[in-house]
Amino acid sequence: MINSKTISRTVKDLCIEANLKLRPDVVKALKSSLRKETSSKGRNLLSILLENCSIARNERIPLCQDTGMTVVFAEVGQDARIQGDLTTAINKGVAAGYKEGFLRKSIVADPLIRKNTGTNTPAMIYYDIVPGRKLRLTVLPKGFGSENKSKLYMLNPTAGSDAVANSILKAIKEAGPDACPPYVVGVGIGGDAAKACYLAKKALTKPVNFLSDKPHFRKMAQELLAKGNKLNIGPLGAGGKTTLLGVNILSMPTHIAGLPVAVNISCHSLRSAHKNLQSSQRS
Amino acid sequence: MKTIQLPIDEKAIKTLKAGEMALLSGKLITGRDQAHLRFAGAIKKGKKLPVDIKGQTIYYVGPTPAKAGEVIGSCGPTTSRRMDSFSPLLMKNGLKAMIGKGGRSKEVVAAIKRHKGVYFITIGGAGAYLAKRIKSAKVIAYPKLGPEAVYELEVRDFPVITAIDSRGKSIF
Repeated sequence: MINSKTISRTVKDLCIEANLKLRPDVVKALKSSLRKETSSKGRNLLSILLENCSIARNERIPLCQDTGMTVVFAEVGQDARIQGDLTTAINKGVAAGYKEGFLRKSIVADPLIRKNTGTNTPAMIYYDIVPGRKLRLTVLPKGFGSENKSKLYMLNPTAGSDAVANSILKAIKEAGPDACPPYVVGVGIGGDAAKACYLAKKALTKPVNFLSDKPHFRKMAQELLAKGNKLNIGPLGAGGKTTLLGVNILSMPTHIAGLPVAVNISCHSLRSAHKNLQSSQRS
Repeated sequence: MKTIQLPIDEKAIKTLKAGEMALLSGKLITGRDQAHLRFAGAIKKGKKLPVDIKGQTIYYVGPTPAKAGEVIGSCGPTTSRRMDSFSPLLMKNGLKAMIGKGGRSKEVVAAIKRHKGVYFITIGGAGAYLAKRIKSAKVIAYPKLGPEAVYELEVRDFPVITAIDSRGKSIF
């Protein structure tokens, strides 16, 4: 049995951890970019981003003031037993994390009335039923400056690989200097419109050097990295060869009439944290 | 590096060139989407604004809450483009300088040129680093907006890049 209080406590801790400690793979990518960057302004900005990461960790100040809309990926083992309501438990954890961690509450209850809920809930929760008895929780606080640059292209089934890559590049160009480059680009290809967007976001939970789990998409991701870094957008849009830290592509089957391509851009402060909870044998 | 005292004066604005880094010290105000909407609404109705924006520098930010004993929480810039539809009106009413991140519309570039103002970018996603450059903070308007309230901030050596200068030259 997995207790709902354990779930809430875990989510609370993950919200705080993600917002204070930059993912090691992202730190590594920033450091590697700093070594390669030739623009002096770009190098200066990248070193400030690394200093920001140390201040955030050591002084427990959030990496970014936009502590995000809380996206939670919950992979629920079909043999796991959960005591209490899982969605309520996750939202309670988010509310507690944003209060205790002094994180910004950025959620409004209605898109037009726009009154702040004061708790950063509801979280955007995506459930997946998987084999086993584990509950895997991944918290991805997503800043909305970059979320606003999301794109969905419904291409023709005959469009081919170049058209897919060009659409992704177009989304990166349109984000330009606005969404805190260098970016990590999450891409979802296939499925229906909704699944493509879901995959694009989920791709951001993979390590920044993931590329793809399929050879043809790995190649596409590598080519996009090379092309993207020639756009001279650079750190914070001030120019330089560091425009992208990573391109991660996830794909799935799709319909004979279509080729959905979704792009979910993350700023350089790509934040996520995860934990597995195990359902005990006794339950 | 060039240092600029706030409130910014017209002479100082003239010396700024697109692409240059500078350090700002002094007082400025904050405001993002909802404050801009309210400022513009008040101006259009001929009402007095809750804060004097003449000669002011506005920073597009919604900080995280301050912990006990701290001045402010994480305090980096938000995307400026969302303020584009309001900025020309605010500049017409005396606003001189803006601090945010990312590009601006053609209309904003034209307004900056017309009113001899300036648009700075600062370091997006470096909210913890920038918080250390803020020496005092108090809410001066729209407290009910929470993180979107208008603050007066006193900054010291706050790093910026001139992104659009008073001649309308842009780094983007």
